[in-house]
Amino acid sequence: MNAVYPIFKRELRSYFASPLAYVILVVFQIISARFFFLYLQGFLHLQFDPSFQLHRGELNLNNLVVLPYFGTISIVLLLIIPLITMRLIADERKSYTAELLFTSPIKLRSIVLGKFLAALVLLMIMLLLSSLNLFVLTVHGNPDMGAVFSGYLGLLLLGASFLSIGIFASSIAGNQLVAAVITFGILLLLWLVGALSDTESSILGYISLINHFENFGKGIIELKDLAYYLSLIYIGLFLAHTALDSERWR
Amino acid sequence: MVILLKSVYLESPFPLGIGYVNLRILAAMIHVQNVSKQYGDLLAVDNISFQLDKGDVLGFLGPNGAGKTTTMRIITGYMPPTKGKVYVDDVDIFEDPLIAKSHIGYLPENPPLYEDMIVRDYLNFVAEIKQVPGNEKNGRIHYIMDKCGILDVGKRIIGHLSKGYRQRIGIAQALINDPTVLVLDEPTNGLDPKQIIEIRELIKGLSGDRTVILSTHILPEVTMICSKVVIINKGKIALEESLERLTNKVDGIENILLKTRYWGEEIQEKIISLPNVSDIRLGLSNELIIQPKKGTDIREELSELIMQNGWGLLEMRPVAHNLEEIFLRVISSEGD
Repeated sequence: MNAVYPIFKRELRSYFASPLAYVILVVFQIISARFFFLYLQGFLHLQFDPSFQLHRGELNLNNLVVLPYFGTISIVLLLIIPLITMRLIADERKSYTAELLFTSPIKLRSIVLGKFLAALVLLMIMLLLSSLNLFVLTVHGNPDMGAVFSGYLGLLLLGASFLSIGIFASSIAGNQLVAAVITFGILLLLWLVGALSDTESSILGYISLINHFENFGKGIIELKDLAYYLSLIYIGLFLAHTALDSERWR
Repeated sequence: MVILLKSVYLESPFPLGIGYVNLRILAAMIHVQNVSKQYGDLLAVDNISFQLDKGDVLGFLGPNGAGKTTTMRIITGYMPPTKGKVYVDDVDIFEDPLIAKSHIGYLPENPPLYEDMIVRDYLNFVAEIKQVPGNEKNGRIHYIMDKCGILDVGKRIIGHLSKGYRQRIGIAQALINDPTVLVLDEPTNGLDPKQIIEIRELIKGLSGDRTVILSTHILPEVTMICSKVVIINKGKIALEESLERLTNKVDGIENILLKTRYWGEEIQEKIISLPNVSDIRLGLSNELIIQPKKGTDIREELSELIMQNGWGLLEMRPVAHNLEEIFLRVISSEGD
């Protein structure tokens, strides 16, 4: 397993060796900041709306700024993460470096894990940057920081699940573009599948990626949500490992 | 067989209590045992077996699509065979891949380079995943870069380098863990003549007591570097021989190539009736290849005969079995 670190290090450096990581960070930051500003503006307007004074309980920063902001971030992640993961394994094939990796005395899971961790660090940087916007709130208001932190934990888990599915797609796809399309397809399907069910307790509702995020945004960390995301991450990585392993047997 | 057993007996760490089959495996550095590989309907490699000892340099020849790359990929553990076993230094590469792979250095047909990395970082990465110990790593990288002549490009981005440099970086990465087995898939492919000579010299200098498998299309290269030749065609071994036996006059017989201006049946008849000629056949482009009897030199009588009859001698020279000729003969006789 001591090969995880070199793989991780190379992969992370490779993100920042090309403009890709910077472009992703900038685009992500611009979009999320724009929406944050929109939500904040809306909140300020509502404060002076007399009809809204009646529902004082609902007029708080968490409900009107933080929660929609998290919603925006999760959608932007859905769009951007396929671009982060698409090259991870498909690119090794294109540059013939797969032959180097697979003939080196390292385990397949070190390769998958190293790549996953590198993408995870990029995700963390993205989330960290997006949290700068929320600091503006603490200057003049006092949002529920507990809910902010649990929300970020949820975003991290959500993003990590996206990443593991992306790595799987990259391991079965012949090239980057196909990998990105497959990732986006799977993610969208898992996201929208909740809408197909009426009751929250149905299986489809349980499978849905986003249903499990809602609690995190409200400051509730439930075991079933944690278990959902962690098992999704595990399944994605496991499938990627299996795909790589079985490919060589064909 | 007795001799083989004896030498094995001395080398084996377990001189007693191990069966003959095991002992035989222990002797070879690379042991390919009845390996087959099937891709769907296509049988790419068909029951190939060979052995290489320490220090052997194998020229691995065959037309395009004969299964060379597939065989090399199986030997290096990149893909498992459909049937058969591969032992590298007595370790089964698919049962103990981590141990077996640590003995191997592999240069695939396309050098596996990360184009966005600088040369030194790349080699450092390869050293790390090949488990080169941390305290030896820097010394090893420097040594290999020096040996492969890439010290001056150490700080350059790989994607900006020429094909010759890339090929050398490819060889450097294969050597970084000081492998006992070196597998090179067409190492001089696509290089200019000067670079080819440089790479060839490099491989020659590196072989030492390493076991090397070298696939190539350039036949003189094999004569220059290799000690053993395996020719495969359509997935099967068409010929396996040591280079000495192949190209040298086997048993001291040296064939003579003869070209004359006049051409007729009676030439062949008259030549074969010479006392020391044992065989005569037609070469590839209407020349005669004459095989003298063992230990005789027929050149003098032959030229006299030609002069007397006024056939017009154009060319006469001894031919060692030429590798190119052997290659073509083997390939075409196997093909249908």
